[in-house]
Amino acid sequence: MTTSQMVFIITLILTIVAFSITLYRLYCFFKLTQKHSVSNWGKRIGLVLKIALGQTKIFRFPFAGLLHAITFWGFLVILFGSIEMVIDGVFGMHKSLSFLGGLYRIIMGFGDIFAFLICIAVIIFIIRRITHTVKRFDGAEMKHKNHADALLALTLILLLMISLLGMNYSESILNKHTPYPISRLLTVLFPACKCQAHHFYTIFWWIHIELIFVFANILPYSKHFHIFTSIPNVFLSRLEPLGKLNTMESITHELQLMMNPDLTSNISEPLVIKRFGVKDVEDVTWKTYLDSLACTQCGRCTSVCPASQTGKKLSPRKLLMDLRYRMNEKAPKLLKEPEFNDDKSYLGNYISLEEIWACTLCNACAQECPVNIYHPQIIIDLRRYLVLEEGKAQGGLQAVFANIENNGAPWPYSQAERLNWINA
Amino acid sequence: MNASNIIVPIMSEVYAKGHKPEYLYWVGCAGAYDFRYKKVARAFVKILNYLNIDFAVLGTEETCTGDPARRAGNELLYQMQAMQNIETFKRYEVKKIITTCPHCFNILKNEYPDLGSNCEVYHYTELIQLWINEKKLPTAQNHQSFCTYHDPCYLGRANRIYEQPRTILRAMGYDIREMSRNKSFALCCGAGGAQFFKESEPGNKEIYVMRTEQALETHTKNIVTSCPFCITMLSDGIKSFNMEEEIKVKDIAEIIVETLGI
Repeated sequence: MTTSQMVFIITLILTIVAFSITLYRLYCFFKLTQKHSVSNWGKRIGLVLKIALGQTKIFRFPFAGLLHAITFWGFLVILFGSIEMVIDGVFGMHKSLSFLGGLYRIIMGFGDIFAFLICIAVIIFIIRRITHTVKRFDGAEMKHKNHADALLALTLILLLMISLLGMNYSESILNKHTPYPISRLLTVLFPACKCQAHHFYTIFWWIHIELIFVFANILPYSKHFHIFTSIPNVFLSRLEPLGKLNTMESITHELQLMMNPDLTSNISEPLVIKRFGVKDVEDVTWKTYLDSLACTQCGRCTSVCPASQTGKKLSPRKLLMDLRYRMNEKAPKLLKEPEFNDDKSYLGNYISLEEIWACTLCNACAQECPVNIYHPQIIIDLRRYLVLEEGKAQGGLQAVFANIENNGAPWPYSQAERLNWINA
Repeated sequence: MNASNIIVPIMSEVYAKGHKPEYLYWVGCAGAYDFRYKKVARAFVKILNYLNIDFAVLGTEETCTGDPARRAGNELLYQMQAMQNIETFKRYEVKKIITTCPHCFNILKNEYPDLGSNCEVYHYTELIQLWINEKKLPTAQNHQSFCTYHDPCYLGRANRIYEQPRTILRAMGYDIREMSRNKSFALCCGAGGAQFFKESEPGNKEIYVMRTEQALETHTKNIVTSCPFCITMLSDGIKSFNMEEEIKVKDIAEIIVETLGI
């Protein structure tokens, strides 16, 4: 085994160990959340093909959508070369997948073109971030650290692509028949001596692979974690129409008991209801928590939200960001001490009543989300907690509830007048 | 019941005579009580009468679907309302329901089945488009004018009914001048999620004003929609610009009755 092989294997093991620790931590967080069932697996594959691979929702914003799609499709193609680099590194080989012949040359050639296109896309992304030309990147929830996080990830991607092009360029100097159209053009524009090219290739190779390892371990702590979570999130997302809210089975159960008390004796395992609705992070389902991990803070949701657009405090993006922050704050303590209570909660300390009641449940946020997050679930769950557990509803709504109960309509008109419209 | 040239059969009366109507027309609270929207319910019944559709209404047996309660977080009240309504449907062996209100449509179609309802539910725009295709309902003889169509959230995004209303309007001789935000991109009128029944939170503008501005940008005299709450919000928007004389907010059912003179 060569020294470089050993160095490679050690860094690879370190990467895998660090990444596994992160995943285990998240797994423990997920265990704190509530159940949620998923079915209809076949349909979900179609959803992934359309929304993830086809990038259909991201194209609803055409310019940024195109740049993102190039970056995403490029990543998929370049991933092939990265897998080859890992095989090469571990077994001390060179171009281990080249036995694929023509197909190999096509994939590597497209990888080279995509690396160049991604560089351009990322540079545009960075400029947009720095110059604040995109309104949706700002907002109360977008702090300095969020912008720094975005710029760090973009810089890493840029360096990854530059090092990849550097590899391809050095290789093209040594060998005129490489499959890299852009890099071969670069050798014409910037000719270099063959004597140094070999060293350059090695340097770029190491920079590229080690950056991948670093990137992989930064991602889970960054908004760019969506690189891992967005495809699973799309796969596991809702198949129902956007207008359908989930039915609270615990309530159905209570009502059935109320109407038919005899049922009580037939129940062997009484339904244990910890809480109606959501007050804090452990009340959300694992799917809603996954939504928060898939959120990229792109702000498309907030940019189309009628409440946000008219200056109200609600921002759909903030619902997801705060959920993730609160989980990071509370979950480690809750795992050590199941009865942990810091007198804080997601509802109240992170999300205010003013935000919750401003939502029109118009579904524009969910319609727009490129990774199929369903924001209305959070709103409705928080409202359910407020109404069902604390009996708190914004002013006029209490009267609406009373009217529905007494007259069967949100307005205080008598049920006997239900047919008056015929003569109106 | 027969009053002022519309015929509205009542379910309990019809059923007692041993007849099971093909459709239940679910009028909804706005159709029953809202001064403006009563006209829409009447216009829709005129169309049903014109086509000799076999339908009935529940009348005093109709009660709230529970939609505003549910969307304001009161799941308990919602489920009580839903269970009561589902019992009524079962009692009259209701198979098909038509609604004019998109909120009633959404909840009856998508949410009631979780609690045991198994009726087919249609928004009236779906059926009217079908009746136009089947040549049961005539189309306009002359070109009318142009209008803009506001997509109600619970018809559009929530249930992806974007084309049927537009097809009907074109059949009635209208050109549609779309707002900058239309179909799945449409801006809410501001009434959804039980907002209609409460004060809005502090901000720098009312949502209905913003949507009205978008409608005014099309320079139309006719703002058409197909939801009672959108009609109210957009009418308020037009009033806030003092333009209620020039610009009318109408429901598709009213456009049909006007155009066909029925």
